[in-house]
Amino acid sequence: MGEPAFDPAAPLTPTGNLRRRRAVSRVAESGATLGAAIAVAVLGIVVYSVFVHGVSALSLDFLLEGEPDGIGPALVGTAELVLIATLIAMPIGVLVAVYLVEFGGRLAAPIRLTLDVMNGYPSIIVGVFIFALIVEATHKQSAIAASIALAMIMLSIIARGTEEVLRLVPDAMREAAAALGVSRWRAVLTVILPSAMGGIATATILGVARAAGETAPLILIDSVWDGSHVSLDPLGPVPNIPVTIYKLSEEASPEGFARAWGAGFVLLFLIMLANVGARVLLARSRRRMAP
Amino acid sequence: MRGASALPSRVRIQSGPLTEAGPSGGRRELPVESVFDVHGVSVFYGTKRALDGVNMRIPRSRVTALIGPSGCGKSTFIRSLNRMNDSVSSFRLEGQVLYHGHDLYAGNVDEVEVRRRIGMVFQKPNPFPKSIYDNVAWAPRNLGLRRGLDERVEGALRGAALWDEVKDRLKDGALGLSGGQQQRLCIARAIAIEPDVLLLDEPASALDPIATASIEELIHTLKGRFTIVIVTHNMQQAARVADETAFFGLGASDGGEPVGTLIEHAETATIFGNPADPRTRDYVSGRFG
Repeated sequence: MGEPAFDPAAPLTPTGNLRRRRAVSRVAESGATLGAAIAVAVLGIVVYSVFVHGVSALSLDFLLEGEPDGIGPALVGTAELVLIATLIAMPIGVLVAVYLVEFGGRLAAPIRLTLDVMNGYPSIIVGVFIFALIVEATHKQSAIAASIALAMIMLSIIARGTEEVLRLVPDAMREAAAALGVSRWRAVLTVILPSAMGGIATATILGVARAAGETAPLILIDSVWDGSHVSLDPLGPVPNIPVTIYKLSEEASPEGFARAWGAGFVLLFLIMLANVGARVLLARSRRRMAP
Repeated sequence: MRGASALPSRVRIQSGPLTEAGPSGGRRELPVESVFDVHGVSVFYGTKRALDGVNMRIPRSRVTALIGPSGCGKSTFIRSLNRMNDSVSSFRLEGQVLYHGHDLYAGNVDEVEVRRRIGMVFQKPNPFPKSIYDNVAWAPRNLGLRRGLDERVEGALRGAALWDEVKDRLKDGALGLSGGQQQRLCIARAIAIEPDVLLLDEPASALDPIATASIEELIHTLKGRFTIVIVTHNMQQAARVADETAFFGLGASDGGEPVGTLIEHAETATIFGNPADPRTRDYVSGRFG
């Protein structure tokens, strides 16, 4: 050991290159903070401008009446589309997640990659695909075809979200179940899935929030309808919010614009509500899982 | 295989009728029916040998304790007895584990059926996040033993000496129980399907002394009904609960790398009073480990 690198008796102010290291650290920290602030600001500006432009159109009648006064039938139709899509995507998504976590050996990694690609593929591609597959074949737009397209978009969100909560279920549960001579599938069904229920609900809500606003597939698959009254027939097209917004914004009238903004605000509000609800649910189920 | 050839002759004597020096010094014949006959079992995780050349006979309706320092393959060995290691992808077993004469690792053996007959309780209590009742009723329900479920649950909880403490709150969550109660609940859950064998992998090491005492007492009441194999770090515990004790230690394998193996297996009184192998003597007298 040679000379000590510093004098232990010196006052505790920065020595050596600490002043420079502190400056670099401050720059990095403020860069990261700025990035986060920009993201929040963008959301804030979008919500604010949608609200400002749409608030004049908002009223109870607007939510309940049919066209041209309101978007009631479109709200009901979007609810129907998303419900059918959820009924299709949730069981499949949960099964995919169960496969990935509980059974998937060597195939798990490529399937996970597939899901991530699915999460990223453009929704217009899904639209064209379902259009060619179903609408062309049946010569008819339909709610069921639109729901299938939305389900394809929801699937990866539900599968990946469920996968994450299934991983939170302690392995001790799996060992305990196995040591009791019960088959793996029964254990998954009666122990693992019930303890992950909150997280599965969360993943589903996030999927719903994503699907509710998807527009591109609907323009191809579910856009020719009469928005003046509620129609629920899944074999025919049903009015829906995204296409309503698209159509209204194409109208060359200020009133139409205001209604488009209003419908946009309603959709945005519902999606944000779903997202917040999903977080709350997830936080609650996380707390329950780690006693 | 120096590890195997170094095994004391005592282990081989076990394949004949067992004799035991009673407290009075007299000798009496013991039941010879064995539940497990382990022949030359070595366990590998990938290329790493975790257990080397174990020959051992585990008798019926007795308590057999596995003792020894950490890393000598006790847990690996006990988990090989009901194929709990199957879920480890790199796990490989050489040799033969006979259970009532059937090779546990034969191709036609279903590991779920194995575990239905050979139950296991783990080091850390792991009740399901369900009610006390549902924890005990879970396995019977899934195995189709629905008739008389209430009586079965009560019987299992009584068997695990937990009934009096929980009979008024069977619908409460199991996670609200104390650690010792949770572990007895896990034992109740295991005996609810009336297995043939109970494997206990350090069942008391996460518990306080009072809870440990109640688990040990429970083991005494359960032997006779079940064949029990217990892994323990605690020599006094082995001396208190076990009829027979097997000492696992490090032996040298072919490569010269020390690897866990069975050093000596005999009546508990012999292992603690008059062990044949100097390594056993050193361990039980506290000179190492």
